[in-house]
Amino acid sequence: MELNRRGFLKLSGGAIGASIVGIGLKPAQAYAAPLAIQYARETITICPYCAVGCGQIVHTQASDVINIEGDPDHPINRGTLCSKGSSIYQLRHNKKRITEPLYRAKGAKEWKPVSWDWALDQIARKLKATRDATFMTRNTRGQVVNRTDAIASVGSAALDNEECYLFQKLLRSWGLVYIEHQARI
Amino acid sequence: MTNHWIDIRNSDIILIMGSNAAENHPISFRYILEAREKGAKLISVDPRFTRTSASADLYAPLRSGTDIAFLGGMINYIIENKLYQSEYLLLNTNATFLVKPDFKMPGELDGLFSGYDAKKRRYDKSSWGFQRDSRGVPKSDPSMSDPNSVLQLLKKQFSRYDLQTVSSITGTPQEKLTEVYKIYGSSGQAGRAATIMYAMGWTQHTVGTQNIRTMAIIQLLLGNIGIAGGGVNALRGESNVQGSTDHCLLFHILPGYLPTPKSSWNDLATYIKKSTPTTNDPESANWWSNRNKYIVSLLRAHFDSNLTAAEDFGYELLPKLDDGQNASWLMLFDRMFRGDIRGFFAWGQNPACSGSNANKVRDALAKLDWLVSVNLFDNETASFWKGPGVDSASIDTEVFFLPAAVSFEKEGSITNSGRWAQWRYQAVAPLGNSRHDSAMMNELYYRVAELYRQEGGAFPDPITRLSWDYGFKGIDGKIQHLDIHAVAKEINGYFLADKVVKGKQFKKGDLVPSFAFLQADGSTSSGNWLYCQSYNGSGNNMARRSLKDPSGIGLYPEWSWCWPVNRRILYNRASVDATGTPLDKRRPVIWWTGTKWKGDVPDGGWKPLDQAGTKKPFIMLPDGVASIFGAKMKEGPFPEHYEPLESPIAKNPLSGTRVNPAIKRFYEDGKLPVDIFYTDDKRFPFVATTYRVTEHWQTGVMSRNTPWLLEMQPQSFVELSPELAGELSIKNGEWVEIASGRGKVDAVAIVTKRFQPFKVQGKTVHQVGLPWCYGWTTPNVGDSANLLTPTIGDANTMIPETKAFMVNVKKRG
Amino acid sequence: MARKAFMIDSSRCTACRSCQVACKQWNKLPADAAINWGSYENPPSLTAHLYNKIEFIEKEQDGKFKWLFLNQRCLHCGEAGCLKVCPSTGALFRTEEGLIGFNKDKCISCKYCVNGCPFDVPRYDAQGKITKCHGCIDRVAAGLQPACVKACPTGSLKFGDRDKLISEAELTGLKLYGDKALSGLGAMYLLEEKPQEYRLAENPNIPQSIFLWKDVIKPLGILGFWGAIGAVMLHYVTVGPKRPDEDDSSNQNQGGEKHE
Repeated sequence: MELNRRGFLKLSGGAIGASIVGIGLKPAQAYAAPLAIQYARETITICPYCAVGCGQIVHTQASDVINIEGDPDHPINRGTLCSKGSSIYQLRHNKKRITEPLYRAKGAKEWKPVSWDWALDQIARKLKATRDATFMTRNTRGQVVNRTDAIASVGSAALDNEECYLFQKLLRSWGLVYIEHQARI
Repeated sequence: MTNHWIDIRNSDIILIMGSNAAENHPISFRYILEAREKGAKLISVDPRFTRTSASADLYAPLRSGTDIAFLGGMINYIIENKLYQSEYLLLNTNATFLVKPDFKMPGELDGLFSGYDAKKRRYDKSSWGFQRDSRGVPKSDPSMSDPNSVLQLLKKQFSRYDLQTVSSITGTPQEKLTEVYKIYGSSGQAGRAATIMYAMGWTQHTVGTQNIRTMAIIQLLLGNIGIAGGGVNALRGESNVQGSTDHCLLFHILPGYLPTPKSSWNDLATYIKKSTPTTNDPESANWWSNRNKYIVSLLRAHFDSNLTAAEDFGYELLPKLDDGQNASWLMLFDRMFRGDIRGFFAWGQNPACSGSNANKVRDALAKLDWLVSVNLFDNETASFWKGPGVDSASIDTEVFFLPAAVSFEKEGSITNSGRWAQWRYQAVAPLGNSRHDSAMMNELYYRVAELYRQEGGAFPDPITRLSWDYGFKGIDGKIQHLDIHAVAKEINGYFLADKVVKGKQFKKGDLVPSFAFLQADGSTSSGNWLYCQSYNGSGNNMARRSLKDPSGIGLYPEWSWCWPVNRRILYNRASVDATGTPLDKRRPVIWWTGTKWKGDVPDGGWKPLDQAGTKKPFIMLPDGVASIFGAKMKEGPFPEHYEPLESPIAKNPLSGTRVNPAIKRFYEDGKLPVDIFYTDDKRFPFVATTYRVTEHWQTGVMSRNTPWLLEMQPQSFVELSPELAGELSIKNGEWVEIASGRGKVDAVAIVTKRFQPFKVQGKTVHQVGLPWCYGWTTPNVGDSANLLTPTIGDANTMIPETKAFMVNVKKRG
Repeated sequence: MARKAFMIDSSRCTACRSCQVACKQWNKLPADAAINWGSYENPPSLTAHLYNKIEFIEKEQDGKFKWLFLNQRCLHCGEAGCLKVCPSTGALFRTEEGLIGFNKDKCISCKYCVNGCPFDVPRYDAQGKITKCHGCIDRVAAGLQPACVKACPTGSLKFGDRDKLISEAELTGLKLYGDKALSGLGAMYLLEEKPQEYRLAENPNIPQSIFLWKDVIKPLGILGFWGAIGAVMLHYVTVGPKRPDEDDSSNQNQGGEKHE
């Protein structure tokens, strides 16, 4: 009996990694609850924890995640996962996830929720103010350097490649050289 | 990794040292067990008996920070017993090269190499070079018997690492050393493959780079580089730390490992001239001679494509470091601590727990004017202003927390440790009002640029002339929805003009097929040359899902895509002899058919080494061969054992040079008490190390907040031997205090025989260990072990030494 | 249908504990509040929300140190004490694959199964209803592997036709535990050491009193009155002459996890 489902996703190029589970249910057995993922949409993803790069399938129904397990077609993990990989359902169903931008004012004792628009505008303004006040066109030896040493950034090995690329591009356009991340520690 | 995860199944001997794969890369054990079923031996070397050790055929303990002594003993054993592969060394390494006669080694200079300047704490490397012929090509002695040949010098250097000396440094029993050396050394036989799996247990030392070099030398001696089941394999700890490194979120490199411009490289021509290595050896491919194509293509991707060659394609717009300026992690937080940094992004990182000497980091954050934390959960960095012992009212830092989407709430690629860039899809919209990181970047790009357009300001050109073309723009000029595929394509690169390359006609707007097609004249763009081929005319190669494995050795060439140019095993031309015949007939990686290579994508397509027009196999190095003698290193062309900054013994048993002579010392230079260290000091008598556990991840932000994971490892712990627990009257399960010169943490004592006292220089040395995944934002779990670790880094990389330091442990009062 | 079973190969377990979490994920079981009691083994024992767990056993013999890992769970016995003793028809049941499932709606919270189990497996939730590993009968019925088996990266956990697993196990050279005991366990072990080293009984058996109940008294249960008498007798012989645990009914109104 082949218990791992095979070939349920035949994807290539930029196809959306989602399909309806094609499991043939045996005649209902009185005691067994119906399979929760029977009519779920499937999306393939890669585990966000370590760098083994295991494949995972996210089962969604009514726009929410109902189950996440290993991708049986992935050549590295073949459907298996470790305890962290098995836990990522709780990255979604988690009361501690922060879902609104927060702001902490000078001297404040607590966070307060703010709008995205306000937070992003404030950050842009502060960035510009600091950059303008500290930007060095030339160094003390008169060489062109076009940078600021007063703004720094750390992170992020948690971003996708495309985001990493965009992030460094953005930071360097602002003149930052204090750019570091997890690879250094 | 030079190889990749599945390839571990091809190994005959697997050494896990400086990592703990069973706990931190559990899926790797699929392949380790598969190898063991076929008779492979698993060796675990670790200060502590771990879940990896539990599966091992052989476990050997060593005191933290003594890996070079341990491995140096192995080099000595391999050379003494002639277990090395002479033919392999001859074809693939600089073992035959002759070093200048005035080169001197630590055996002669009390722990130093020739050229040391004690005042500057730097080497003058002029004596570290090779003797060269009239063409400038290194002289060599194929018999490797010349006393100045690299092999003879290596033999001389490591003849000092005899079993007794090594054992007295590492604390490893001599018979265990012999056992490990014997098993591992057996991979020198043709057809036997041995691999090393290492991680932060090697990098996080003041001699981190040399730890890895020592092993690389062993792998070269035994002919284990380039073959299936071999290699030097860094097990990277975060899902995309490989990709984030490739895209160079690091001060010293631009995407694709191109050096960051510096102030003396005032124009593009100078940048290219100064950063391009040269060779006079006609058989050296010297791949980095393509530097000009890669930097120009990067500039074309970064900035307005209307910039011309006369304008250096915008080279001036890139920020430049001062010559000698080091802007790495420890320096960054040192400057922040001194109040020199005003604005700070912590984007998906929690330095208040992950930074060495975390108290210094936490104090440094309080000096900022503003801080932006982008994360999924609250964390010790974002909320530093309400941390333990902090008076919120006195902290002036304004803090913004931007909530991000998790992995399956967005689309894009990540690169695993085996260099496979794998595409993932969006399953659901970001939770609540959280957003994609790329969407936040798009907003910040637009808003900052808009301010500069409206108000002007300091040198706005890099901002206003940045190319940012990733989707449909609204009437305000802002991209409404950033298309991540457009970014992936820009990373790959486009033809910016009609062009014929290698006899093929390309049109403006075509994606570049691979980096061999990139141009230095501005006619191509590529955000990162190393990823050129990832998304080309064949489509999004990172999303491929074919399980075909024609090699039979698990290369899966059409599953996702890997850099460079889909080569699954790096340095694979070292896997064949001079005729192109595989050294390992059972597990061939590539082979020469007489007209072409088959198998994996070869390291350069040149003919085998016995044919005219060939190029040497290590194409990224100017000499074309691997460096057993590595003059690029800061502290010496060969590794040498030095004690950690903080160690339990007063002297280096091998020489009068106690610590790595080339490290930057923070305490002496800055005299900041916060950077203090104590070595061989009664107040801090126990060696300590830090680690991760299966159930948590990094600082724990994504595992302490995941109830199922926290349940399994609910609180911080310190592991110690029954002997030490007995001396300190500590009972299993009780809370104890661990203190170093920099800070204290509380943890639950786990008294276990998995830690054994070491005999070092005739005295008993105790070691303890604790995880660094806890933090105060999670109630009642303890805090980060990095509150204890020192401000000191590796001489080459400045990676902090968090794996070996000194502490005291006591019952809680 | 051929009987199905788990085969748990302790020599292949690396204690990654994927089984623990995958089970919770599939069965939507909450985490328990926990403390570190001086061990990696948390929670220290199975709970109402923890159907399987890894035991961590440190052992030193003849100067050789070993760290043993074993997946602990319901062993789905062929001759199942819990099933024999359960007075409420359908609260515990055997599936056609041979797994032992439970139906909380029919559980009368008597806890007899706890005493009937030779392996200390059944637990009771906040509503006083039985919980334990049910072998992911919903997945198995749909032709999928149980969640823990699917997740196990090293092949330490296997699930399939029992006879086939046994013949494969015989090739490993390891000690097979449970192929015969209690009419054959539905979750067997492959062990590197003696069963006692893993906290397993060498010869597991069901308390004799259970046979009295199952084979003599329970059939009388159809007479109602005699059944009640029988239940009291059984309680006496298995638990002793004291009241059941105080928490038996005190948590009735607390919210618990939803379960099939």
